Parts: sequence; structure tokens; C-alpha cells
Amino acid sequence: MKFGVVVFPGSNCDQDCFYALNNVLEVPVNYIWHRNQNLEDYDCIVLPGGFSYGDYLRPGAIARFSPVIESVVNYVEKGGLVLGICNGFQILLEAGLLPGAMIKNESLKFVCRDIYLRVESTESPFTEDCEEGEILSMPVAHKDGNYFIDEENLIKLKERDQIVLRYVSSDGTENETGNPNGAIDNIAAITNRQRNVLGMMPHPERSVEKLLGSGSEDGLKLLLSAVSFIKERG
Amino acid sequence: MWKVEVIVRLKQNLLDPQGKAVEGAMNNLGYVDIENVRAGKFFEFDLTSSLERKSAELKADDICSKLLANPVIEDYNFTLTEVL
Repeated sequence: MKFGVVVFPGSNCDQDCFYALNNVLEVPVNYIWHRNQNLEDYDCIVLPGGFSYGDYLRPGAIARFSPVIESVVNYVEKGGLVLGICNGFQILLEAGLLPGAMIKNESLKFVCRDIYLRVESTESPFTEDCEEGEILSMPVAHKDGNYFIDEENLIKLKERDQIVLRYVSSDGTENETGNPNGAIDNIAAITNRQRNVLGMMPHPERSVEKLLGSGSEDGLKLLLSAVSFIKERG
Repeated sequence: MWKVEVIVRLKQNLLDPQGKAVEGAMNNLGYVDIENVRAGKFFEFDLTSSLERKSAELKADDICSKLLANPVIEDYNFTLTEVL
């Protein structure tokens, strides 16, 4: 088993992702420089958070044309697992691997705090070890996390069970306090139709040890889920 | 050669918090008769090959739809001026 963490100029959560996988979960990980196009050896590709290319133009808009993304598109077509976190999610949207787009947070502010998520679908390699309706806690840290999709495509997302995580309050209800950025329908994470790509704004790699942050280890559940999925798939 | 000027706007049906914030500042400046402020982006570039207008337009449109604007959330328009 091998995970790959892509590094773009301006990525800044690449080392956190590497640490969570390598040191906490003890699975093999490699960094993949964005100019590299060889993804054949990998069981899962992680596009980490950060500010690739300084967020110039729109977050993810320039990174989307990096050589590695062409390979990621082929990798996805062949059924490879891809997890995009924060800026990684934005890149997946810009690349058209997931539907919709990000706009600025409703508050216009950079939001960095712990939030609560409700697992809406366990039909994903990243949530199959969770319970439907389970509440997870982990941090968000972004200024462009206000997910948008038009009405017609939102209906499709729902019909196809592509909404994987929603922002909620600590008691599990959907309301304005629970939603940190104004995302439509409180969407925090979505998957593609093939269900092998997950894009999420919250940072699972930042909640992997009791010692750090609010002490939540809920991020581990998502990463562990992917690890067991890969093991089962063989 | 063509000089290309592009304007990218957030779609009308999307809330533009940046425009709203600027509108508030305009009001604070004393201009209370302002509304519907929208913020957008402006780009200019030179298309250096000698192309017919139609081909130049197609090229500029491709650049706008694939890179300068995200059609999910933004509209764009551009003007071409021939530079002799």
C-alpha cells in the first residue's frame, strides 16, 4: 500500500498529511512534486491544503494546469482513489473532477476553527467505516470554502447521494451557526459519480492526535476508512 | 496583433459579499444613493500572432472559458482591438 501526497508551489498542509499517514497511521507515503506524472504505484493520491500558486486568479485555477493533474484525471478514470482537502478540493473543482465551484466565504473572512460534520453517506471509501448520521469534529481553515452549485445540479448531487459530509451544530442540526462559510445546503464534502474522488473543505489531517488542537481524532476515521478500503480491495 | 481586454463578473444570481462591503463603504463615504455594487476582475493581454478577427475571438473565448473565468460562477466578456 502506498499513499502519494502531491506538492504544489504554495501547498502548506502537505507535511501534515504526510505526518498523519506516515507517523500516525504508519502507512507508506511519498511526496509527489506537481511536475511528476507517474502515479502508477499509488493506491491513493492526496491533494493537500494550502495556497497553490498564491491562490492567484481563483483558488486551484492555476494548479489545475499542473502536469500532475493530467495524470490525476487518468488515474481517476481508472478507478484510483483521490482525496482533495481544502485547496485540494478547490483544485478538483477547477479540474472538473467534481461538480460546482467555490466562492468567498459569506463573512469575507478567513475562518479557522473547529466545526462539526454529519456523515451523510457511507457510500465512499473515506466514510465506509463511519455510521450514517455520525457527528465528527475537525478544523476548517479557509477563505474560499463557500461551495456553490446551481439548483439543477444540486438536485442531481442529492439524488445520486454525492453529498458525503454536511456542516452541522454540535447537536447535529443544520443551521447558520454550524455552517462556517455559507456553503449551499451546508455542503462540506462531495464525491464524484464513480465515488472514488472525495473533496472536503475541513482538515482530517489536523485531527489525528488527542494531544493537538481540540483533542479530536475524528480525522483518523476518514483516513483509516480509506486504508481499510485499500486493504480489502487488495 | 490584437489587444484583448477581458472583464469577469460573478454571476448576477450569486451574492457578492465583496461588492456588498464596498457598497457599505461608499455609503459611509457619504454617497447614500449607491446600490447594486458588484466586484469583478479585469485582464488585458496581447495576442501576438497575426490572426483574422474571427480566429482571434475564438482563441480569446477559449482562454476565458477555460482559465480566466469559471463558468460555474462567473460570466465574462471581452473586446479585441487590432494593434498595427
